[in-house]
Amino acid sequence: MEFFSHQTNFPFMATRKVWYTLSAILMVVSLGSFFTRGLNLGIDFTGGVSAEVSFPQAANVDAVRSALSTAGFREPQVQSFGSSRDIDIRLPPDPQQTPGEVRTRLETALHTVDAGAQVTQLDVVGPQVGNELKVSAMWALFFTLLGIFLYIAFRFHTWRLSLGAIFAVLHDPILVIGFFSLTQMSFDLAVVAAILAVIGYSLNDTVVVFDRIRERFESNRRSPSDVILDQSINQTLSRTIMTKVVTSIVVVALLFLGGPVLRGFSAALLIGIIAGTYSSIYISSAIALDFGLTAEHVFPSVKKAALDHLP
Amino acid sequence: MLEYPRWKYLLVAVVLLLALLFALPNVFGEDPALQVERKDHTAVNVEAQRALETFLTQHGVHFGRSYIDSGRLMVRFTSVQDQLAARDAVNAQFADTYRTALSFAPRTPALLRALGLRPMPLGLDLRGGLYLLYQVDVNAAVAQALDGYAQDARRALAAAHVPVKDVTVVASASAGPDSVHVVLPPEADVNAARSALATPLQGLALTTQSLPSGSAIIASMTSAQIRERRDYALEQNMTTLRNRVNGLGVSEPIVQRQGVDRINVQLPGVQNSAEVKDILGRVATLEFRLEDMDHNAYEAQQTGRVPLGSKLYTHTRIGRPILLKREVIATGDQLTNATSGQSQEGPAVNIRLDARAGDAMLRTTRANLNRRMAVVLIEKRRETTEVNGKKVSREVTDEQVINSATIRGVFSNNFQITGLQAGEARELALLLKSGSLAAPLFPIEERAIGPSLGRDNIDKGVTALIVGMAGVFLFMWIYYKTFGLVADLVLLANVVLLTALLSMMRASLSLPGIAGIILTVGMAVDANVLIYERIREELRKGVTPQAAIRAGFDKALSAITDSNITTLIAGVVLWVLGTGPIRGFAIVLTLGILTSMFTSLMGSRALLTLMYGGQRKVARLSI
Repeated sequence: MEFFSHQTNFPFMATRKVWYTLSAILMVVSLGSFFTRGLNLGIDFTGGVSAEVSFPQAANVDAVRSALSTAGFREPQVQSFGSSRDIDIRLPPDPQQTPGEVRTRLETALHTVDAGAQVTQLDVVGPQVGNELKVSAMWALFFTLLGIFLYIAFRFHTWRLSLGAIFAVLHDPILVIGFFSLTQMSFDLAVVAAILAVIGYSLNDTVVVFDRIRERFESNRRSPSDVILDQSINQTLSRTIMTKVVTSIVVVALLFLGGPVLRGFSAALLIGIIAGTYSSIYISSAIALDFGLTAEHVFPSVKKAALDHLP
Repeated sequence: MLEYPRWKYLLVAVVLLLALLFALPNVFGEDPALQVERKDHTAVNVEAQRALETFLTQHGVHFGRSYIDSGRLMVRFTSVQDQLAARDAVNAQFADTYRTALSFAPRTPALLRALGLRPMPLGLDLRGGLYLLYQVDVNAAVAQALDGYAQDARRALAAAHVPVKDVTVVASASAGPDSVHVVLPPEADVNAARSALATPLQGLALTTQSLPSGSAIIASMTSAQIRERRDYALEQNMTTLRNRVNGLGVSEPIVQRQGVDRINVQLPGVQNSAEVKDILGRVATLEFRLEDMDHNAYEAQQTGRVPLGSKLYTHTRIGRPILLKREVIATGDQLTNATSGQSQEGPAVNIRLDARAGDAMLRTTRANLNRRMAVVLIEKRRETTEVNGKKVSREVTDEQVINSATIRGVFSNNFQITGLQAGEARELALLLKSGSLAAPLFPIEERAIGPSLGRDNIDKGVTALIVGMAGVFLFMWIYYKTFGLVADLVLLANVVLLTALLSMMRASLSLPGIAGIILTVGMAVDANVLIYERIREELRKGVTPQAAIRAGFDKALSAITDSNITTLIAGVVLWVLGTGPIRGFAIVLTLGILTSMFTSLMGSRALLTLMYGGQRKVARLSI
């Protein structure tokens, strides 16, 4: 079976203005949402309390909320998840509180609603831990980007290709962050890990396309650059789509079967993979072209190499 | 003809066989189990085992095999419900004799266990338990060391007859406490002071400063000394925590250093966090001080006038007031061991101090024979009180005199406290040991996962893994036919290899770790796809099948390495910077990329060469 039995020949370069526009709109929306609505940071970053409670009968969310307020917890967020018997409670950080007291107070308050209520999971994160995690997440992002920039600079001798790759590296996480800002899904540490994995993984395709571009330039130096780029993308298209479809199969399995803990993580991966596929097909090569990529840039020693090959 | 070097076949075969062996223990899974140990730490015997079995049967709890493992009884169950029921029943009936802990017992056959092969340990999110993160006040440890220096300086200056205005420990804004300031009056001889201080303050950097009235000698610890002291305090806290954790009877607890001043404690199976934290979080330090016998403690208590240089306490055990000199002879962190034992005069506590404290003790006891010395236990805890309707939590320091005894001889770092009741000696020894923390610690993060939730997480992770892999396998088979099946085999080999590596490293598997394995399956396909697409391309060009296979592998190599390196960079950064489950994910991701490169480049080439290489001519490839 083959999706692409005949060599495709899509004019990616000729239509690049359309794809640039689409990308620009998505990025503006993402950044706009990020700066206006912000992210719904999980307690990993904000500090605070997150508890999962299971009740013997259907839980009365309002009763729980008022019981918590009465017990002196400020701004309790209570919602049911999974079944009607399970609720999720989130409390903002309270610097005056040690993790030790929270459970006792929480359980006492819950038992006024229903004596059979059981705390199945309790996370208490001090505010200083949250701040530190924010900082270390930033560092992780910084070092990943730095590492990849250095690698790209070293790998593709011309800055024109590097620029295209760097654009892809920034494009994909911005869209993922935009998605989390728009949907207000909880943004926790696992999502950051997913974003870093996406940065590395989505660059995969770009690298494979660039690898092909280098090869095409080598075997066919007379063709204009846009033809070479179109050929390279089309020739690797089948592989790009195939790989991403297969990876998406497992990520979708994770998204629907992995449970609430992995939901944000797998959503970030899925959005990142889609964004990464898009940017490596439509954007990164086109940027290199617009910055005047030619065979000479990829092979500075093209003439010398050509002479060496003469009989 | 396709050829592949014989040593590469051999390498692939050996690696895969070893991987199978190491991954094997994971296949058998684990049973929920209850660990029962005696509270007095003596071994559980066979009679007790029989009695407990009968007890469980009477309570209608279904259990599997039970066995005694290093003095502890392990009882297996088929379900978590039974496990919890058994725990509740045992706790209700035998609260005084037994301590129980929820645990897991691997079903690995004895033969594999004998070879030291064990399954991957499960993270807390998969097995349930309690995670605690403690902040250690390392600066307090440095301050304590500086206090010691300040005291030595005072003593040395007094001995050299140099007048002193003040000796204080000073903290800088950036480094915390880091120096001792000796302030001298104008008439003092600075050079004499410096030479007197040379010995007690050895190792510190001395600088002299002139002040409007007199001068000051500043003795600072170097940043290396401060770091060393902080590290020492952290290590000591870890040892103490480890001892306390071991006393809890938890199976496979983890006490780990995290960063400069944090310790994380992972207690699988523990549910009651309040009790645990009570025991772990008690912050205590010790001080050995002389009793002030020149003044009347009762009088001081009644008048409220405490003599200069002394402090009024109440002796906890006897309930009488007691006056102690402010000067500290030795502190808890200088205590190297305290054990209860017997002496000619009945129960006793044997105490060992380090060399520095030993010197101080020698000087003190020589000068104060037949006077009394007391031990003060200082405990810190947080207390929440309600002030104007708002909850306010503050740090409370409880100081109590736990012992006071007459100095009967001159001794240094090795001595006995006698004249105790039988139970008292044991309790005092424990108190002394738990009081040997150099720096207080506070819990700053707590995560508790119920056992059924852990089970639920495993089930979800495994389901996602099976469904995801099945989807990938089917897709590859349909899309690439025979070659797809080869890719499927290679993917399976990759999962086995990855599992083997993780089992060997004893890296604990968390839910993000399972996600990492699933993701690796999806990503490992990439290398195969790259190779197969290349082979198809070559075939379209009209190249012979065997040449197409060869060209496919050769030409895809650079794309495979290039594209994997970028993901590898992200994986390594997360590995280095991440903690907990995130690090687990990073380890799996990084190892998964490496194993997938090995299996798809070497493994699948070996397999395909085996299939198509021997034949003189292959008509067509099923791709």
